[in-house]
Amino acid sequence: MQTNPYPIPSKTELVAGSQKSSKPKRKSDQIEKAVEIIFFLIGMICVALVLLISIYLIAAGLPAIQKIGLIPFLTGTTWKPGAAVPEFGILPFILSSVYGMAGALIVGVPIGILAALYLAKGAKGKTKKVLSALIQLLAGIPSVVYGLVGMLVIVPAVRSIFHLSDGACLFSAIIVLSIMILPTVISMSLGAIESLPKAQEEGSLALGATSEETLIKVVLPAASDGIAAAVVLGAGRVIGEAVAVMMVAGNASNMPGLFESVRFLTTAVSSEMSYASGLQLQALFSIALVLFAFIMMLNVLLNHILKGKKGAC
Amino acid sequence: MLQTISKKRKIQSMFFRNLMRICGWGCAAIAFSICAYILVRGVGELSFGFVFSKPSYIKETIGILPDLLNTIYLVVAALALVVPLGVGAAIYLCEYSRNAKMSALIEHAAEILSGIPSIIYGLVGMLFFCQFLGLKTSLAAGVLTMVIMNLPGMIRSAQESLKTVPVSLKEGAYALGAGKWKVIRSIVLPACLPGVCTGMILCCGRMVGESAALLFTAGFAHSINGFVQALQTSGATLSVALYVYAKEQGNFDAAFGIAAILIILVLAINLLSGWIQKRFGTLD
Repeated sequence: MQTNPYPIPSKTELVAGSQKSSKPKRKSDQIEKAVEIIFFLIGMICVALVLLISIYLIAAGLPAIQKIGLIPFLTGTTWKPGAAVPEFGILPFILSSVYGMAGALIVGVPIGILAALYLAKGAKGKTKKVLSALIQLLAGIPSVVYGLVGMLVIVPAVRSIFHLSDGACLFSAIIVLSIMILPTVISMSLGAIESLPKAQEEGSLALGATSEETLIKVVLPAASDGIAAAVVLGAGRVIGEAVAVMMVAGNASNMPGLFESVRFLTTAVSSEMSYASGLQLQALFSIALVLFAFIMMLNVLLNHILKGKKGAC
Repeated sequence: MLQTISKKRKIQSMFFRNLMRICGWGCAAIAFSICAYILVRGVGELSFGFVFSKPSYIKETIGILPDLLNTIYLVVAALALVVPLGVGAAIYLCEYSRNAKMSALIEHAAEILSGIPSIIYGLVGMLFFCQFLGLKTSLAAGVLTMVIMNLPGMIRSAQESLKTVPVSLKEGAYALGAGKWKVIRSIVLPACLPGVCTGMILCCGRMVGESAALLFTAGFAHSINGFVQALQTSGATLSVALYVYAKEQGNFDAAFGIAAILIILVLAINLLSGWIQKRFGTLD
């Protein structure tokens, strides 16, 4: 503990020929030490928060899973917390979230990648500026506003186009979510595409490929790691979105179908939170724990992709 | 030598080029039409009485002054906490940490935090701040939840700008005999101010738009309070009020009015952060 990691003060004293006595020097050493410790503690806050959140979620989520049983909880297909014999099966929520994620990725990712390619290679000058400003705007719009637009534009449109009794369904949620992930996918893919070295691309052009063939066969494969990271981040955003989904997905605990009113994991938590109590409340925490597990899996996947990218460079 | 590419390849290329163009312009068109739709429907609602009064059940009018005030209180209080914490953590990572494993641990933790959905923050905030710390459903609990949510973003912005501080400046200060803390105070912090400002603005945007995490921590009451009083009581921010009006009460006129304010704020935030980047980004 006593060893001083900074031998510099004595040196500076020599060099500067400082007239300061050694006493205030020691005091300033103490201040340095104290400041370093303070910064270290601030730095550790993030780690502490992750631990706190994990511990709280696990502590709050496990009791209900123990009471209901892990298998019936995860694979039960009916959610009737208020019935005489309450049933707590969250398979509908899990599947809705997964289908919603898959749908939003299928719709949003290709559009996002093509838009990123256009921004990187097609659009020039003013056009590029205007387009990227608008897409940045898309990232800033709050999710409640997406929900509001979805509720008043997309839901009625889906109802009249597909002749449904109610347009609030998985399909509407997928449309809203795929718009919401566009800015994430576009900006991450754009970053990946723009950071590529030019040589390969120029080689491909010199060999006679058209610029579009170059984009498909050279640029996209080279940027695939960055694009994969973009997709995983987008997936995280979809899985975690609550408010917009709440407003457009109808919120009934059905098994998912494209035109069924569905409830995601997130909306299952938020829709009953305000009045739930007892085992039902505990079960809601368990749902949050399942959601957290999903997010952590995506995190691991993302890290894996990014690490692979670092290794390749 | 002059052999042109085959017709099939030509058509494929043209098809792909136009597909790209359609997607690019389509995304921009979506952004534009959402904003235009909200503004067209919402700006008409923004009368003086709507913005500067509180909702009255007797007159059946809706006013958003309480929500506006709550939003301002929330943003100010949360920024006052998140900026020192975020900048401090970034300084530890960039200037102090000599242990690569420790830095990796902290950065990894920040990454995990930034991926956690807001609804989970809302739940944990409710369990920890409202129940365990006894803050009840109050704006203070909402503020603390927002601090946790925005910490990783703040750290990242501060870190990026700390990296751009020229090493020569720091070395010069060390050579003149300044201690580490002195260097940080007088060289590093002023130099990273623009980056921190951008981070603050981004945090503002996220807090103004947040609703899921605040529903269970800050609640949704509409009463006009002073700053200290407001922190102790439940209060809706603009986004939460928008959600409640649209989803629970079906009052879409009020919802559009609030949405228009939110869109205007988002536009202002985008312009401001773009301006800061342009103004100060060219320095280095």
